[in-house]
Amino acid sequence: MKPLTEKQLNEIRQIVQTGRVLTSESDRFSYAYDASFGTYLPDVVIQTKDVQELAELVKFANRELIPVYPRGQSTSLSGGPLPVKGGMVIDLSVMNDLLEIDEEDLVAIVSPGVLTADIHKAAEKKGLMYPPDPSSSHVSTIGGNLAENSGGPRGLKYGVTKDYVIGLEVITPQGEIIRTGGRTVKNVTGYDLTKLIVGSEGTLGIITKAILRLIPKPPASETVMAIFDSLVDAGRAISRILTSGILPAKMELLDQASMVAVENYQPSGLPKDAEALILIELDGHPIAVRDEAEQVFRVCREIGAREVRVPQTKEEKEQAWKARKLVSPAIVRVKPTKISEDATVPRSKIPEMCRRLQEIKKKYNIDLVVFGHIGDGNLHPNIIADKSDKEEMRRVEKAVAEIFEAAVELGGTLSGEHGIGVMKAPFMEMELGAAGLEMMKRIKQAWDPNNIMNPGKIFPEPGQKLVLSE
Amino acid sequence: MNEPFTSLREELRYEKTNRCVQCGYCLPACPTFLTMGKETHSPRGRINLVKMAAEGKIQDLSALEEPLDLCLGCRACETVCPTGVEYGVILESARAALARRKKYTVAKKAMRSFLFKKVFPSRKAMNLLGNAMWLYEKSGAQKLARKSGLLKNMPAHLGEFEAVLPQTVSPAERSRLPRFTPAQGEKKYTVAFFVGCVMDAMFHKINQLSIQLLAQVGCDVIVVENQTCCGALHAHAGEVEDSKQLAKRNIEAFERHDVDFIVNNAGGCGAMLIEYDHLLADEPQWAERARQFAQKTRDISQVLVLCGGVQGKAGRAERVTYQRSCHMTNVQKVTREPLQLIQSLPNVELVEMEEANMCCGSAGIYNLVQYDASMEILDHKMKHVKDTEATTVITTNPGCLLQMKLGIEREKLGDRMRAVHLVEYLAERAGIAEPQPQPVASQS
Ligand SMILES: Cc1cc2nc3c(=O)[nH]c(=O)nc-3n(C[C@H](O)[C@H](O)[C@H](O)COP(=O)(O)OP(=O)(O)OC[C@H]3O[C@@H](n4cnc5c(N)ncnc54)[C@H](O)[C@@H]3O)c2cc1C
Ligand code: SF4
Ligand code: SF4
Repeated sequence: MKPLTEKQLNEIRQIVQTGRVLTSESDRFSYAYDASFGTYLPDVVIQTKDVQELAELVKFANRELIPVYPRGQSTSLSGGPLPVKGGMVIDLSVMNDLLEIDEEDLVAIVSPGVLTADIHKAAEKKGLMYPPDPSSSHVSTIGGNLAENSGGPRGLKYGVTKDYVIGLEVITPQGEIIRTGGRTVKNVTGYDLTKLIVGSEGTLGIITKAILRLIPKPPASETVMAIFDSLVDAGRAISRILTSGILPAKMELLDQASMVAVENYQPSGLPKDAEALILIELDGHPIAVRDEAEQVFRVCREIGAREVRVPQTKEEKEQAWKARKLVSPAIVRVKPTKISEDATVPRSKIPEMCRRLQEIKKKYNIDLVVFGHIGDGNLHPNIIADKSDKEEMRRVEKAVAEIFEAAVELGGTLSGEHGIGVMKAPFMEMELGAAGLEMMKRIKQAWDPNNIMNPGKIFPEPGQKLVLSE
Repeated sequence: MNEPFTSLREELRYEKTNRCVQCGYCLPACPTFLTMGKETHSPRGRINLVKMAAEGKIQDLSALEEPLDLCLGCRACETVCPTGVEYGVILESARAALARRKKYTVAKKAMRSFLFKKVFPSRKAMNLLGNAMWLYEKSGAQKLARKSGLLKNMPAHLGEFEAVLPQTVSPAERSRLPRFTPAQGEKKYTVAFFVGCVMDAMFHKINQLSIQLLAQVGCDVIVVENQTCCGALHAHAGEVEDSKQLAKRNIEAFERHDVDFIVNNAGGCGAMLIEYDHLLADEPQWAERARQFAQKTRDISQVLVLCGGVQGKAGRAERVTYQRSCHMTNVQKVTREPLQLIQSLPNVELVEMEEANMCCGSAGIYNLVQYDASMEILDHKMKHVKDTEATTVITTNPGCLLQMKLGIEREKLGDRMRAVHLVEYLAERAGIAEPQPQPVASQS
């Protein structure tokens, strides 16, 4: 892309009357990254709370063929908001004024820059719950969650972001403001554009408002923690629980490597010699969850768990979940670069996927740690490396490609929640097939004929490969 | 790679910036990100700018100046960072690298050197400062400062600060803290008291009360001679060599006495003292001595709790809130003791404010050199302070104390709220000190 001309910048300044237009070197570098890889300088960063101004801006960009990069808080792990072709970054985190809970309609109406955790809090104050809970929810914006269709541990029982969006306001790549869906759970008028926009990673438009469905907050919860000497047994326990008529709210796995890392970082009483630990949360009516916790306890025992604990007090429960939270920080103490994958497989294929991961780990001699949302097949194979070690990074690239292949072969997907962005674009065709990918391209073309909205994402450029070693 | 570039990379502690995985977890904890609303003023943003300079992607280092100048150095980002990025080290190294390359105007240079080499380290000069209330009035620095533009905001707002400066103690009273104060009752520890420069010049009374409290709970208290400024303000301004010199002088002074603890009552100074081991880690003949010094360093609240706490008398029922010192929380990691001490006082109800861990915007001399930014942060803080409906705000650092007083003035809450140092409050509640005039409106 050609850099923007002074004339274009002036026109942008004309349009953005109420916000800020940032062009200094320090500002541009500060919007050049996300939580994945690479640095890409935008020509200009724009912050405004005014939807009309934004729409004008997009019209202008569409006319002048300037790339537009919507951005929340840049916690994307796949390169989603990176301005890979320069142009303008639109910082939507500043659009954070609207957070309204309607108890009667059971909906939340929010502007895109609101932090997801603030929606959680506001809903809870009224005895309600907004279930999608990415672990980044205290930093990430709801706009980013919508664009990435984010999920979290509660996905097992409650689903992910897309299951709770019923209406959107969107600026199209041609600068029109449209509304999709509405305030009702049932709505079959025409194509479901809401669901199309959710998960489109900012390539089909800018979300400027959302209507989210809320549910009553379950009154009670119980936690069960089980330790297994064999990973295979842990897998069997998981299948047994899930086929016994119980649907836990969360079901998380820590493998041996992650337990060792946690213990070396902040000793939390985890057994370093066990192969697996599973953490289960049950929620619902107090009597029901008590009973379910007992059943889970029994199943784990029968399958041969070395130890099963049911923490009683609030503090004990928090302590149990803290170990899970510590995994991420603990593993980067080993080596600084973390490549966090989220390949996901059907539940029944979890043991097979675990086996393949161990093979890949050996084959490429990499530090691979597996933990994550085992209940919904969303494993988080994390590779720990040192990006200054070029040779190691090349091995990592190959290992990542093989992880994707394994997931797709087992009937799974490249990404359960982090999105495609730039990092996984080269693998799209492998999962979707040429015709499937082509259909998606046609949709993109219909919405965005000039390809100005988040260009360079999702769809691979000819010959594009995964590169981590530059 | 060419020589100067490699050395810049090292100076900027490139290897430490690389530990940042850009997860953004530090964003909600950073006061300047919240008030200024852009990544350029976030921890992640600042670390990235330093990294870009180290990688040579940013050639003109002046791009780093404003973002680094506007950082409070409160280090709240360090406490929340899941991967343990050492932001404090990155910040100070980058500031030092900038300071080394920067060509200050002659006037500015003179002003910096005057402040950092003459005023802060010198007990005499700081006493002078205490007498004069602020260096402007007596030292003739005012004209220089105006001309230099270093404190360009300050003259305009001096009035505001003046209004909140404490009552000075007469020079005669201040000239000497007792060299030795014996423990009352059974002796538990021998401690050396660190008087600090700003603390001694402007809050002398608090130092006196600190010694009395320590003696009351069972400590022999020594005021070591030849101690000097802790060096924190120098280090924060990138004048690392100066702070090393001061650290060495302090180590020498305190080594002469065999004590259990070296006690201070200013969160910011304590944070500097406790990091002397990092500061002097590269100097073989000092590293071990610095480590011992750092190991003995304690905040006064820790020692008071260790000795069983302060016996409060049943006084007036009151609601208070606690504004943490960032450096005490994020560097010294002293968080429980002040709360324990306050909560143990009869008739005192402690109500924590929202975002209690957030900096008040004082940050050393930040409120002087970055007046506007500081006031925005303060106003944000005061909203939460007001919501607690407390009548007393308790702090543990002189800068925070002044800033909270200023905040109360700005919000025109003077008739129902006051700010005090924890030591003053404990002394008052223990019947050691006269209570300061209570605001009246709170009775209603
Ligand atoms: C430590 C860590 C843990 C994480 N844990 C999880 C997890 O558990 N589950 C999970 O799903 N993800 C997780 N993530 C990934 C990330 O937090 C999510 O993808 C999140 O939704 C991104 O939100 P954001 O506000 O940071 O958006 P950004 O990263 O800024 O943007 C993400 C994408 O959304 C687009 N976008 C942003 N706002 C808008 C808008 N208003 N309109 C249109 N497009 C927009 C951008 O163009 C980009 O493509 C984690 C990330 C980190 C760093
Ligand atoms: S929390 Fe730590 S790792 Fe994450 S962006 Fe901030 S400094 Fe970097
Ligand atoms: S030290 Fe304080 S102001 Fe500076 S980046 Fe960290 S949190 Fe922000």
